[in-house]
Amino acid sequence: MKNKKIVYKAIDIALIVVLFALVFLADQFLPSYDIKFKVLQKGAVFALVAVSMNLLNGFTGLFSLGQAGFMLLGAYTYAIFTIPNESRLAVYKYYTMTNAAGEEVGGLVQTVLPMGIAIILAGVVAAVFAYFIGLPVLRLKSDYLAIASLGFAEILRAICQWKGLGTLTNGSNQLRMYPYFNSIMPYFLIAGLCIAIIALLIKSTYGRAFKAIRDDEIAAEAMGINLAKHKMISFVTSSFFAGVGGALFAMYQNTIQAKPFTTTLTYEILLIVVIGGIGSISGSVFASFLYIACSEWWLRFLDTDGVIPGLTRNGFRLVVFSAAIMVIVLFFRRGIMGDKEFSTERLVKGAKNLGSRFSKKKEVK
Amino acid sequence: MSNILEIRNLSVSYGGIEAIKNISFDVEEGKIVTLIGSNGAGKSSTLRSIAGIVKAKHGEVLFEGKNILGMSPDQIVKHGITLVPEGRHVFPNLTVLENLKIGAYLRKDNISEDIEYVYSLFPRLKERSWQLAGTLSGGEQQMLAVGRALMARPKLVMMDEPSLGLAPLVVKGIFDIIEQINKQGITVLLIEQNANMALKAADHAFVMQTGEITMSGTGAELLENEEVKEAYLGKKKQ
Repeated sequence: MKNKKIVYKAIDIALIVVLFALVFLADQFLPSYDIKFKVLQKGAVFALVAVSMNLLNGFTGLFSLGQAGFMLLGAYTYAIFTIPNESRLAVYKYYTMTNAAGEEVGGLVQTVLPMGIAIILAGVVAAVFAYFIGLPVLRLKSDYLAIASLGFAEILRAICQWKGLGTLTNGSNQLRMYPYFNSIMPYFLIAGLCIAIIALLIKSTYGRAFKAIRDDEIAAEAMGINLAKHKMISFVTSSFFAGVGGALFAMYQNTIQAKPFTTTLTYEILLIVVIGGIGSISGSVFASFLYIACSEWWLRFLDTDGVIPGLTRNGFRLVVFSAAIMVIVLFFRRGIMGDKEFSTERLVKGAKNLGSRFSKKKEVK
Repeated sequence: MSNILEIRNLSVSYGGIEAIKNISFDVEEGKIVTLIGSNGAGKSSTLRSIAGIVKAKHGEVLFEGKNILGMSPDQIVKHGITLVPEGRHVFPNLTVLENLKIGAYLRKDNISEDIEYVYSLFPRLKERSWQLAGTLSGGEQQMLAVGRALMARPKLVMMDEPSLGLAPLVVKGIFDIIEQINKQGITVLLIEQNANMALKAADHAFVMQTGEITMSGTGAELLENEEVKEAYLGKKKQ
């Protein structure tokens, strides 16, 4: 029994290795303008953000809708601190300043950080903001928390577009010319590492306390779990990884602006979490790739005139896509994975159950 | 024997309505003490304010001589008081074992011995160790709630209506366990509507009515008391 478990675990690990090997191959053979290339990059970014949202909504039971706001903070932090100094004048052309030496420079920040440190800083900035937002907001429950966090995300977006902060955020203009990865592997590695950390957190005693809070706040409090502290840990951690996800999103997009970080983005991520299964990390990851592939790639052909005469035209895929989502929500109420995790062991057991069901039917005959 | 818990002039109110009015009572160490009373008498509020979940208006709760009123629930659990909440409140999406581990959340030492102890009290839980708590029957959930409270190694366990909604045979089982726990040296503060069972088990009992304590005595004394008989045991005066 124990041996079998080890074998299954080994197969699980082997599957992950195979996945990364495939990503490596994709990097070798796919040109960067290929839609599959973009789908894989975006899928990895959204998987990370969806898992971070699931930590909050699925595992701690805090219905927060601020994810786009924290992604925005991450994306801006990354961009602001990685644009090379020689490019800043071109990027911040409307917000130039004069430095101590009397030269004209672009923007307030003249520090350029290495990419890795900037990514971590992106998470830290999002986490710090989350802490201060969390102090008042986490006292609220369910819908009220959702409304308040949604409001904060919108305020953050508005502030980022504000002229007064132009020397920092470039107002409503784009931030661009920052470094990004022109391959798929780094996205998978960073997202994979972050998701692994979240998974470990959920498996730890802290994770168990999160789930206890989700299941029953009164009982959790009676067991000596400090509600305010644990909710804050979950909120700050989730926001940290949303910030990292935001930094990756900025890289994926090559240019960044506050505009795409609307509530629609949060809803997209929420949709991924719901489709994957609230309370399932692997579900969120699967759903992310499914969702991105569907919306960006598989349904593209519906946008061409004449595939179905009189019906298909530019934008028609979104109609089909919405209908498909409705069908999924109707027939898989608990998402693809429910609150279970994917593992070879479960897959084999499931296949065995299915097999025995079929053989039983035969016996009846 | 000394008093492990002393309540002095405790008052609790919810938005202007006084649920508990200046009550005082003592719980002797190593005993089973019960509070009986009808719905809305303030029994649950008393337990919840001792556990720190409900804020008291004024008063003192002395646990081993130290005032614990105003402390946060986790500090109170650390001091050695745990609450088995009314209606069981197990964590439905966690397994039985995980529920027990949450009970020992604040402890840093090895808990495997305690898990074995709880399993020896409730062999049924051992069989269902990997089952989600939400799929257990009502009686099993109550066992789990009691077992979970024991995982913190409390000195005082407070139980809020452990017999609620359970079949008579199951209730008897729960009360047997309560007595067994008590024999291990854990003080039990029990509140019950099932006055008959509670008074039989209790060393000392208090009757609560509309936020005040109106009577006290040993369990046996109150069982014989005419007023108690009529109001809580459903027996007519002769």
